[in-house]
Order: sequence, then structure tokens, then C-alpha cells
Amino acid sequence: MPWRLEFDSSRIRTPWWTPIVSVALALVLCAIFIYANGMNPVTVYSKMIKGAFGTSYGITETLVKAIPLLLCGLGIAVAYRISVWNIGAEGQLIVGAIAATAVTIYFPNLSGFWSILLMLIFGVAAGALWGLLTAIPKTHFGVNELITSLMLNYVALLALDYVTFGPWKDPQGFNMPGSPVFTDAQSLPVLGATRLHIGLIFALVAVVIYYLMIRFTRWGYELRLIGANPNAARYAGIHINRHIIIVMLISGGLAGLAGMAEVSGVSHKLMQGISPGYGYTAIIVAWLAKLNPLGLVVTSVLFGGLIVGGFSVQTIGLPSSISEMLQGAILFFLIAGDMVTRFRIRRGA
Amino acid sequence: MDFVTQLLIAAITAGTPLLLATLGGILNERAGIIQLGAEGLMLMGAVTTCIVFIRTENLGAALLASVGVTAALGLVHAFLSITLRANQTMSGLAMTLFGSGFSAYLGKSISGNPLPGMLPRLHLDFLKPVPVIGDIFGNLDVLTWFSFVLVIVLHLLIHRTSWGLHLRAVGDSPATADVMGVHVRLIRYGYVTVGAMLIGLAGADMVLTVAPTWNEGLTAGRGWIAVGLVIFARWNPVRALLCAYFFGALDSLGFRMQLLGSAIPPYFLKMIPYVVTILVLMYLGYRNRNKPSGTPESLGVPYIREQRF
Repeated sequence: MPWRLEFDSSRIRTPWWTPIVSVALALVLCAIFIYANGMNPVTVYSKMIKGAFGTSYGITETLVKAIPLLLCGLGIAVAYRISVWNIGAEGQLIVGAIAATAVTIYFPNLSGFWSILLMLIFGVAAGALWGLLTAIPKTHFGVNELITSLMLNYVALLALDYVTFGPWKDPQGFNMPGSPVFTDAQSLPVLGATRLHIGLIFALVAVVIYYLMIRFTRWGYELRLIGANPNAARYAGIHINRHIIIVMLISGGLAGLAGMAEVSGVSHKLMQGISPGYGYTAIIVAWLAKLNPLGLVVTSVLFGGLIVGGFSVQTIGLPSSISEMLQGAILFFLIAGDMVTRFRIRRGA
Repeated sequence: MDFVTQLLIAAITAGTPLLLATLGGILNERAGIIQLGAEGLMLMGAVTTCIVFIRTENLGAALLASVGVTAALGLVHAFLSITLRANQTMSGLAMTLFGSGFSAYLGKSISGNPLPGMLPRLHLDFLKPVPVIGDIFGNLDVLTWFSFVLVIVLHLLIHRTSWGLHLRAVGDSPATADVMGVHVRLIRYGYVTVGAMLIGLAGADMVLTVAPTWNEGLTAGRGWIAVGLVIFARWNPVRALLCAYFFGALDSLGFRMQLLGSAIPPYFLKMIPYVVTILVLMYLGYRNRNKPSGTPESLGVPYIREQRF
């Protein structure tokens, strides 16, 4: 053979442009499907971009969607650092939202400050507990965290159905499922007349803390060590199980915070479809950012735009699931791209 | 028919898609490739079946199309994990995400439309007089019978033939298999593709038996339960049958208790299969803590020929 593909295992770092190329190729692939379905892909994409970034309303909506993506993506990134594949952010977000709503049901007359503080504590604690339910089976029983965390997503979703159809259903809700609407004291402050809430600050603060913790603390050093070589870390006396539990607590807690921010800042009541799959999208957000904090900010805004853009194509008769399809395709090209760049074409046998 | 017989029939009905998907997963993982895309593959199999069946009104064409589409997706997973040596966990996740989004996109136009038919049933009238057996086996659909045959065939294939020896060798020790002259990559490609086809058939079975219509996300985590069942069944087809029916029974037990007007809210009954999956996996992990798990030894490890051990 005159030409040969050779795998170069020394190339560990992938070039900076692979995420960009992956996104571009995913757009092309989906364009083909859209075209085959009898629509003009240029119209569809420009509609999506205009919907997400074209107006000031679109931009604030995109940022509103970026908040839970950033929080969940950050949590997922922390766990992925030591190869703990948490895909349960969706469920952790939902239980966070349920727990925050519990505060409004059982302590209805707190002042604004105490109400929000208690909702924060409950939301984070519930998410962290849900993360613990994934961590303990893994560390003590050797159960694959992918299965556990995903099963718990369905359990959380059913729990949401139970409270919104059952005990917490709003008596003044015209028989629609959902909790009573939150009071002003139970709602996060928003920016002016937009829906952009203070959760954005929570998320950005969390990003800075993540960066500082990973970069400058002993804990962050140990995480990086486990991520680079688990066996070496074990020989160095690092308790990997303890780290698994800690990262799952953080991962779940951040998703729980996202859930609290969603109910308190956006929907102002607990209801069906509190998350259009934020927990799943956040997996791609974290991977596309290569677990890098600044990258996480960029990718969560990008994917927030993808969700808003997905909604905006509904006006031309397309389902919003088109954005999910794009997300899956992006992930495919991303993992392929990570590996393709490690091959080299060589001449000769 | 008494309650137990009805429950057994329901367990087989609800368990057949789980069984097919689990068998597909077993083939994948016996060859050393993790398949976490089962949920997405089942959805793609289901939506393809619905679209082709509604358009052509031909059941055979619908089944062929769904198997064809999932075979193509299986090849994508095989290419990523075997040729490119990519992260198999992430490739499976991508398959699930893409499958749920793409199936929703494709199925939008036919969502809620009834299918022109269901799976044909084999009426075995000579079994009718036999009390319980007749009730259970006298009126099963063709895919269920196919799954029975498949369990036997796969059991014999894996444990009694030289092909099965090659399959196990490829999953346990690809380097040894390679030295023996077995074509590791070709065998892995083959089983990943066939495994994906079986998982696609599981999706087809779901829409062709109980409620013959497409709804977005109708598998509701069955694909993931099948991923768990592969572990319960310890990569063994006969155990897969028992495990799948056990979960089929759990699934329909919740539904039946709801029909009987149980005091427990239906949401909690629906949680049973998911919670039991976790609990059984924990129990198995505890029981087997000092034993080899039965996992194919090279599961998830890409085989690189240049590196010999």
C-alpha cells in the first residue's frame, strides 16, 4: 500500500479547532436531513440564529437558558475530571426544583431574604443527595454510575409528576398540574423588564470558584492527578472513593442549584417540563468546552441559543427537537474529531 | 384466566422488547464494545417502523427498514469505537441523544397516528386445552417466538461453537485472538452491527404490540434498563430471558395494581422498575464483591494491534 493511516498515540492534546469543525460538520449533516425533509436549511438556520441572538429579547432568553446549562455543565465537568460519568444532572435539577418548592409550600410566610436562602439550601442539598444516591452504589457496590444516575432521572421525573398532579396542585390552577405561583418574596430578582435573573451571578461565581479550586488547591491537584492516572493516584495514597463521593455531591448540588434557580427565577412555580433536557444538553456543553471554565461559559451560551433557536423554528412548522438532533450530531463529530486528529497519513508500507 | 397467568402473559409482552435489546447488548459486549446507545437505537427502530408501516402498510418492509436504519447507526458506533478508538461511553451517549432528537424530528408528522396493524399472532389451537401453558403460549406474536428461538441460538452459538469461541476470545483477549488468526476488527464490526439491529427490533416490538402508535420518547428508559439487564444476566442469553421477564412483570405489575385501584399513587408504581434496577445491581455488586464479575475482560478497551501484551 502506498498510503497508510497510522495512529499516533503520542498526540494526546487535540487541536483547538476540533470543536469548531465538529459543530460545522454537525450543521452540515443536519442540513442534509432538513433538505431531505423538504425544507430549506438556510432558512431554518437563519431563523434559529435570528431567534436566539437577533433581538435583545432573544439574547436575554438565550442567557436565561444558559444559566442552568452552565451550572449543570460545571457539575458534570467536575465529575468528568476523574472519569465519573454523571448523566443524572437532569434528575438532580428536578429534585432541586422540587425541594426549593417545598420551602414555598411549608414555609409560605418567610421574608424575602430567609425564603430565598432556605430555598437555596434545600435545592442544593436535594441535588447533592441525589448525586450521593449515584455515588454510594458506585463506591461501595461497584455499580456503574451511568445506569444509576439515569434511572434516578426517571424517578425524579415521576416524583415531579406526583407532586404537581397530587398534593401540591394549585387549587386555583383550573385543574392544571403545577404548584401555586410563588410570591415575590419567593422569586429571584430579575434584571429590569427581562426574564434574566440573578442566577446568572450564581453561575458565574461558581465558574470562578471552579477555576480557582482546580488550579490552586490541593483538592484540585488531587483531582487532576486522578484524572491523569488513577493507578498512580491510588499508589500515591489518594482516596479515590472519597473523591468520587465529593465530586458527585458537588455535581448534584450545582444541578440542584440550577433547579432552584429555574423555579424561583424563571417559571415561578413547579410544573411539568421544568427542564427541556438541560441535564442532557449540559453533558455536551461540558465536553465541547473540554472541561475548561471559560469554554463552559462560551458553550453554554451557544447551546442556550440552540434551545431558543429550536423553539423559534416552531413558527415555520418544524419541531423544536431539531435542536436535540443537532446536539447529538455535534457530540458525534466531537468524539470522532478528538480521535481523527490523532491519525497521521504516512507514505509507504 | 387467573391473575398469575395474566401477569405472566403481561410479563412476556412487556419483557420481549427488553429481551431483544438485552440480547443485542450481550452480543455487543461479548465482542468487547460497550453499547450505551440502546435507548437511542430503540427509539430509532420504533420510529422507522411506524413511518414505513404507515406509508407502505407493509409490516415486513417496516421491520426491514427499522433493522436497516439501526444497522447503519450500529456501524457508526463500530467505526467510532473500533476504527477511531474513540471513547465508547461517549459514543453511546451521543447515539442516545441523537436518537431521541432525530426520532422526535422524524416522528412529528405521524405522532399519535394509529398503525395499520400489529404483529401477527401464532394461534396454537392444539395447546388450548392445556390449562396454564395453553393460555400463555397459545396466542403469542411472531417476534416473541423469534426471541425464544434467538435465546436458544445465541446460547448455542456463544457456548458451543467455534464462532462463539472466537467471539469470546475477541471480547476477553483480542491480542490472543489476533495471534490465533482471528480477524478481531471484522468480528467486532459484525457483532456491533447485529447487536444494534436486535436493539432496533426491540424498538419495533414496542410499537407493534401493546399500543401501536408513535409517541415522542415512548421507550421511557427501557433501553437503559436493558443496559442494566446485560449486567444482571452476566452476559448470558438464557439468564437474559429470565431477567427480562422479571422486569416485564415488574413493569406490568405497577400497571395492573393501578387498574385494580391500588391506594398507592401510580407515579410510585411506575418508579418500581427503575428503583429495582438500582437495587438489584447493588445486590449483585455486593454478592460478587470478591468474585470475578463475568464482564468480558477487554470490555471498553480499544484493541491496538501494535501493542502486544
